[in-house]
Amino acid sequence: MRKNHRLNQISVGTETIFHVIVGLFSICCIIPFIFVIVISFTAESSIREIGYSFIPRAWSTGTYTYAIQRLPQIWRSYFNSILITVIGTALSTLMCALYSYALFRPDFKYRGFFTFFSFFTMIFGGGLVPTYVICTQVLGLRENYAALIVPLLVSPFNIIIMRTFFKSSVPLELIEAATIDGSGEYSTFFMVVLPIAKPGLATIALLNALAYWNDWYLSLLYIKQNKVLQPLQALLMELQNNVEYLNRMSAALGSSAIQEAMRAPTQTLRMVLVVLIVIPIACAYPFFQRYIVSGLTIGSVKG
Amino acid sequence: MKNKRSRQGDASLAPNWFQRNKKVLALLTMVSPTAIWLLLLRYLPIGGIVLAFKSYKIFPRDPTFWNNLIHSKWVGLKNFEFIFKTDQALVAIRNTILYNIVFIILGAIIPVAFAIMMNEFTKKFVAKAYQTMMFFPYFLSWVVVSYFLNAFIDAQYGVLPAAQAAAGKDVISWYTTTKPWPLIIIFANLWKNVGYSTVLYLAAITGIDASQYEAAAIDGASKWQQIRYVTLPHLRTMISILLILNVGKIFAADFGLFYNVPMQSGALFPVTQVIDTYIYRVFITTGNISQSSAAGLLQNVIGFVCIMLANAVVKRIDPESTLF
Repeated sequence: MRKNHRLNQISVGTETIFHVIVGLFSICCIIPFIFVIVISFTAESSIREIGYSFIPRAWSTGTYTYAIQRLPQIWRSYFNSILITVIGTALSTLMCALYSYALFRPDFKYRGFFTFFSFFTMIFGGGLVPTYVICTQVLGLRENYAALIVPLLVSPFNIIIMRTFFKSSVPLELIEAATIDGSGEYSTFFMVVLPIAKPGLATIALLNALAYWNDWYLSLLYIKQNKVLQPLQALLMELQNNVEYLNRMSAALGSSAIQEAMRAPTQTLRMVLVVLIVIPIACAYPFFQRYIVSGLTIGSVKG
Repeated sequence: MKNKRSRQGDASLAPNWFQRNKKVLALLTMVSPTAIWLLLLRYLPIGGIVLAFKSYKIFPRDPTFWNNLIHSKWVGLKNFEFIFKTDQALVAIRNTILYNIVFIILGAIIPVAFAIMMNEFTKKFVAKAYQTMMFFPYFLSWVVVSYFLNAFIDAQYGVLPAAQAAAGKDVISWYTTTKPWPLIIIFANLWKNVGYSTVLYLAAITGIDASQYEAAAIDGASKWQQIRYVTLPHLRTMISILLILNVGKIFAADFGLFYNVPMQSGALFPVTQVIDTYIYRVFITTGNISQSSAAGLLQNVIGFVCIMLANAVVKRIDPESTLF
């Protein structure tokens, strides 16, 4: 058996070619991140002389200290990002679990209707502008934290994944048994069903956290004046065409010495921001890999 | 008297309406937060489509949204005319379709090829390491990716302009030269998404029963024949479903990719403008709610038809795998 398995292999030469192809692409996928880390630690003088380089002439942590000490907007934006991610993830995960649980129950009378109700929004919608007008003018979602949280609360795709999770992991007999024992619907849900569906919950929570942490679109649409509410991603986006933006923002927030701000290390500053955004993702990456792969493979099998 | 007592007795014994419907009421409260959200943030905007057929004007006496809407004049299809008056919209439509065709083809071939190659690696931990590396970009936002790219092609400090200068060639101004951008956009999209699809295909391949390969090997099938006759048939449904669903989305573009990666450079619009960014920019620059709603409606209706057609095709090939 073992011998047979070894025989049934591609030749060493072919495998080497495969390694080169896949390996090169894989390295390509992380090189830019490493490069940006290097740039963020490069001294401004080195950048002015030789530009961005993997081997800078001089290293410096100056931009980090500058960013942390002189630019309060970065702290504020970090706080915004974390706040939005924590509240958004908690609410959206709970809502998704409750909704998908009801859709998973075969004895729920209106199951078909609510399945269609969420599913239809995946294939047709009002479009950008009607949604924008309704959100800002009818629902009051503008220039506030709610505008950065509410529009991302529900994802029909996540509902499908979660419902499939319930289907594959929660036996209906268990719910019946709990009901016979006198457990109410909500206590059955929280005490019996959710503990079993933990891996599914983790997948949904991670997908939601990622969506909130990476979001810049909502602030592009809904935060036009009250820019202190911007999360990190939106701040970084403003810097695409306007490297002085952050210094002006921080001056407006009450940071001392505007003149000093004008001499700020603008080039490396953008890369410092990129690193600050990616570090939490990189830290959570092992969880992402573990739960999202299993979650998406289960979810992609339509239930 | 007797009658009344017996009715009371009935009421205490037989459950009332609430008790009888306890279960369905509890389940209804469970769906209600999401259902209300869908109603307000998805279905109400669908009602907002009427904007596309009106000439939206502020109602001066009491300018609330509903008043504005009611007092705006119906103009029929007039809002749709502007779309065909300039070639901007046509360029955006052309770009959207062409990019999507390339994304669909390469986005199917490359991940399947990678997954098949990685499945053959003798050292499994190497395959695992590659997988970890190539899945990483999927977790980044397009804003972050735009700076990753910027480090290489920035006009002042980028690596590529510096290399061009060092080699004595003409230095391209990357953010204003359209020529390389179709390739850059395609590469950026593959860079970000290939890892994700590869991981999904790899999971599907590892799920194939090993005895099938053994049986094929005993029958004298070469490795290539095993891929051809065992692996690919197993992936066929998954590939075709994803292909067809993506064809259904051919009129929708990834806003973040086309908005952020070119760093919003106007000089690049001929090759980076897609329907989604076009609608957004029409809305931002003209502020014309009715016309941009009309453009969005056109996109959504065509998109809806495409998805329905795609789904009908899937239904014919494999009724089990339809979207709905």
